[in-house]
Amino acid sequence: MADDFTAKLDIYLDGELPADEMKALDIHLRSCPSCAADILSRVQLKRAMQSAGKRYSPRPEFRQRIQRKIAARPRFSLGRVWLTATAAVAVLVVAGLVTTYIGRQRLERELAFSEVADLHVVALASPNPVDVVSTDRHTVKPWFQGKIPFTFNLPELQNTEFSLVGGRVTYLGQAPGAQLIYQVRKHQISVFIFQDHVVSPALRSNSGPLKHVSFNLQSWSEGGLRYVVIGDASPDDIGKLAELLKTEARS
Amino acid sequence: MEVEEERLTAATFEELAMPLFDQLYNFAQWLTQDRTEAEDLVQETYVKALRGFSSFQPGTNFRAWIYRILRNTFLTSRTGLKASATVPLDADDGPDIPAVAGTPETILIKRSQQEILQRAIEELPLHFREILLLCEVEEMSYQEIAEALSIPIGTVMSRLSRARKALRDNLRQKLHGR
Repeated sequence: MADDFTAKLDIYLDGELPADEMKALDIHLRSCPSCAADILSRVQLKRAMQSAGKRYSPRPEFRQRIQRKIAARPRFSLGRVWLTATAAVAVLVVAGLVTTYIGRQRLERELAFSEVADLHVVALASPNPVDVVSTDRHTVKPWFQGKIPFTFNLPELQNTEFSLVGGRVTYLGQAPGAQLIYQVRKHQISVFIFQDHVVSPALRSNSGPLKHVSFNLQSWSEGGLRYVVIGDASPDDIGKLAELLKTEARS
Repeated sequence: MEVEEERLTAATFEELAMPLFDQLYNFAQWLTQDRTEAEDLVQETYVKALRGFSSFQPGTNFRAWIYRILRNTFLTSRTGLKASATVPLDADDGPDIPAVAGTPETILIKRSQQEILQRAIEELPLHFREILLLCEVEEMSYQEIAEALSIPIGTVMSRLSRARKALRDNLRQKLHGR
């Protein structure tokens, strides 16, 4: 009986026995220690052969040689291939540069506005947010004389919701500038004025209403000065104050 | 249009043939026992297969097809002609004996003597060596082996059985000197 099975053990291990014979052998193996031992040793040899048989590896340069020999070559003229390849590379390079440029610009702008937001917060957190305390623009403006290397006009606020709280000298990127604090209802808004050419290029782009870390802000340039209005008031209020400042500066 | 078709054919061939590169090379060096000859054999196989790819029937077994090309190419080479001089007699040469007798395999595993096993495979006649490699290393089904070697399935079974017996005898001799 066992001899019948012995002849089939390798075929069984190769998975090539018909299903019914496979089943019969399965049952036999459970009750025949000699066949079970036999099959174990055949399995061991099979495994040893699998690893011993994977003995030789091709040299990488040989693989490349064959790869080149059989590679599916597109049949355009060489000129067209170069043109296509050059165009593709150029598009990639330009796209990469544009993406990098836009990304870097955005990052620099974020950093610049963060600095402005910090100045605003630091002033409000100070026990003395302003060095000149006055609601009168004609008091505040002259106070800056000799303290900053430029002068500016402040708008008339009568019949508006805004009131001037005062001003202080501030610095942005080691350049002195004016910080004016306005109030609209319970919100305090900072207006920063710097010479346009000394501020970071990232701040120099004009921007409509913007949101930065929950502050609303507007930035523009007028008469060689850079104005940045920032605060937690609504974009509408920020916009209105910006308009007042712009109108006054132009007058 | 014809040019485009040709390009597509080459692309399909590359897709089917390159994943088999390592194993075809391994098989080639087992057959030739020489690196340079194995490289020549593989290169010729790929060139012939690409040239004859239009005759390959899609849906049939590509692996068996390209192995057959490799083997036929080898058989017509100088080394191949010499090796195949020992014509296989696909006759039954006695009943299979249990593998446990003398347990050469167990001893082999215990000693981890892979080299002995490799030498035993090397020393097998070509027709035993190739069928064992196709079955055990390439894990081809009997049907695939039959296609690759152009022999009937019945012959695959009997030749495999004799190849295994020959290998075990060789191992036994190496390990026990008998």
